[in-house]
Amino acid sequence: MNVILNFLASLGRAVLGLCRSAGAIALFAAEGVSHLLRPPFYPRMFLRAFVEIAYFSLPVVSLTAVFTGMVLALQSYSGFSRFGAESAIANVVVLSITRELGPVLAGLMVAGRIGAAFAAEIGTMRVTDQVDALTTLSTNPMKYLVAPRLLAGTLAMPLLVVVADILGIMGGWLIGTAKLGFGSATYLNATLTFMQPMDVISGLVKAAVFGFIVALMGSYHGYNSRGGAQGVGAATTAAVVSSSILILALDYVITEMFFAR
Amino acid sequence: MSASTTPKIRLRGLSKAFGAKQVLDGVDLDIQAGHGMVILGGSGSGKSVTIKSILGLIQPDAGIIEIDGRNVLAMNRREREELNDRIGMLFQNAALFDSLPVWENVCFKPLAQKRMTRAQARDKAAEVLAQVGLAGSVGDLYPGELSGGMQKRVGLARAIAGNPEIIFFDEPTTGLDPIMGAVIDGLIVDCVKRLGATAVSITHDMASARRIGDTAAMIHKGRIVWTGPAATLGETGNAMVDQFARGEREGPITMELRK
Repeated sequence: MNVILNFLASLGRAVLGLCRSAGAIALFAAEGVSHLLRPPFYPRMFLRAFVEIAYFSLPVVSLTAVFTGMVLALQSYSGFSRFGAESAIANVVVLSITRELGPVLAGLMVAGRIGAAFAAEIGTMRVTDQVDALTTLSTNPMKYLVAPRLLAGTLAMPLLVVVADILGIMGGWLIGTAKLGFGSATYLNATLTFMQPMDVISGLVKAAVFGFIVALMGSYHGYNSRGGAQGVGAATTAAVVSSSILILALDYVITEMFFAR
Repeated sequence: MSASTTPKIRLRGLSKAFGAKQVLDGVDLDIQAGHGMVILGGSGSGKSVTIKSILGLIQPDAGIIEIDGRNVLAMNRREREELNDRIGMLFQNAALFDSLPVWENVCFKPLAQKRMTRAQARDKAAEVLAQVGLAGSVGDLYPGELSGGMQKRVGLARAIAGNPEIIFFDEPTTGLDPIMGAVIDGLIVDCVKRLGATAVSITHDMASARRIGDTAAMIHKGRIVWTGPAATLGETGNAMVDQFARGEREGPITMELRK
């Protein structure tokens, strides 16, 4: 009997804890966004975060996109050639990249780079009293540290995903023409024919949401970190794990909103 | 203390608990304008929580905090920020922003509030750095490149840059060698005198307490147990304070250690 009660109690604790965090994160996000609407603004902080996300993530995201496009073409070929449907490869590549793999993989890579960096930086500032120091210098830390990062994440990710889309399709084209024997013009023609504006738009909407989520989770976990180096390490891990899971879950939700019939 | 003058800072019944631990248990304290107050106490006695409550970094559970006769706990965010404009704080480990060069640290507030151009802030920073005995060229370094004593001095420069009326010092000499500690104390006394500010320091360094304080208050188990002139520390006649000031193992204060 006691075993069952203990089990139920710990289950209840976990659920309550989850609800508490969800509520705390929602309030944190609302406060962060509200600061974007009220001056003073800190364009310098925004610019720094924007460059960090959009420019310094380019190599990682580009490599991921190119190789994803390449492997996609290769795998679809080995599957589709059994049915004589090789001509659909360009279609599969462009659809998968723009709708799903571009935003999701770029989001996951950025979660690893930026989510971790935000959590570690804000977390270190928290445990070394720098966040409190901001308050004593009449500067609201939510406004100074969090709001510019949220905006930068939301605006920078779609740009990154445009690059990822282009390079992913280029990766497919590379394998299609160099290895699978498609003509360059045929392949590109098929790509352009099959590319629908809605595919790209849905991907960019996803990108904006994922960018916001990564910046939010990085900031939230950093802002609430406690207890020195270990606390900052835990915050970094939590930021990357939670933003990765949220990206995959929200990917489904947004896809449902755009394409469910 | 005449009853007619309002103290600069007035605490009444300040209480704060973290979980089951009652850290502040009714702190009553008056700090007169232009005075140097030193709050003494062992580790975990609640002295940090006291000044963090006054600064608005911690919300106390109960009690009154008045600055210039105004209840700061009832202030809205804007009033609180305006009040913070008149307050400076030197953190224990300086808490400099390590992503910014020293000069931006020193003039952080005017830059953030856009009251100065960056060129003006650079000149102003050099001027304030000179007041704490640092060369203007230090302004271009990053906090990570400075020694502990230099970081403290930059922290002091940042705290006094806005000409505050009240300055808080959290263990200003901790982690410094005795000579550097004396240098920092000297700078603190000079700066506070020049600004005519009210200085509130927390420390457990007796030499430092006598140098920077006019009045001392001893906090123990979340309550103020003694207040008196800082110069008499060590010969106050209060057994608790004297034990603390002389650093004796035997006395009314017992450390809760397991044998």
